[in-house]
Amino acid sequence: MKILYFAWVKARIGQAEEEVVIPPGVTDVTRLIRYLCTRTPGHAAALADLSMIQAAINREHVSFDHPINPTDEVAFFPPITGG
Amino acid sequence: MIRVQEDDFDFGKELARLTTGRTDVGGVATFLGFVRGHGQTNSAPLVSMTLEHYPGMSEGQLAAMESEARDRWPLCDLLIIHRFGDLKPGDKIVMVATFAKHRVAAFESCQFLVDKLKTRVPFWKLEKTKNNSTWVMPHTSDTAAAMHWDSNV
Repeated sequence: MKILYFAWVKARIGQAEEEVVIPPGVTDVTRLIRYLCTRTPGHAAALADLSMIQAAINREHVSFDHPINPTDEVAFFPPITGG
Repeated sequence: MIRVQEDDFDFGKELARLTTGRTDVGGVATFLGFVRGHGQTNSAPLVSMTLEHYPGMSEGQLAAMESEARDRWPLCDLLIIHRFGDLKPGDKIVMVATFAKHRVAAFESCQFLVDKLKTRVPFWKLEKTKNNSTWVMPHTSDTAAAMHWDSNV
């Protein structure tokens, strides 16, 4: 699964994107975040406060209970500050 | 029409391009957003502001917003330009222009697009002063302004 990071989430994790093989049982965004937090201390720090994280799947905003598929492009980022 | 670009734009030329030669437009509402000299997070003056975005998703969300605005108001035309990259105080960030027969559709749809853009289109601002770089936090009033359009028709 392709996972993208933006803004300070990207800075804390130390990379803009990665290809991740999702373990069995990781079926939604919440479980994916829990799994990613086990990968490196940077992941755990970046994704610790879920109130500061938003998720998108295939370039659409989603809630954390949204299911995930291996072919999805998943993105994590802080609250948006455009305009 | 939506555009996400690094380059600056000339808002006068953009408006002229979309109004010249047509007689159905009775009014145009425009919003222009600029980089301020003092940011949200630092007392020191800004040296620059970097706008990061999610290529592909930004354009997709703007296109969806354009469709929603055209469904909701009778618009002759619509233009959104959003810049990314390194900007300086005084630089333009965003332009929203709505073209309609009558002013109410132009005013309302312009505000709708600006309010929605701030919470929906994946852009993030990094403010740089002489000594610091700080990611801007969203205003809670921005979220309230965007949600207001979901409950009021």
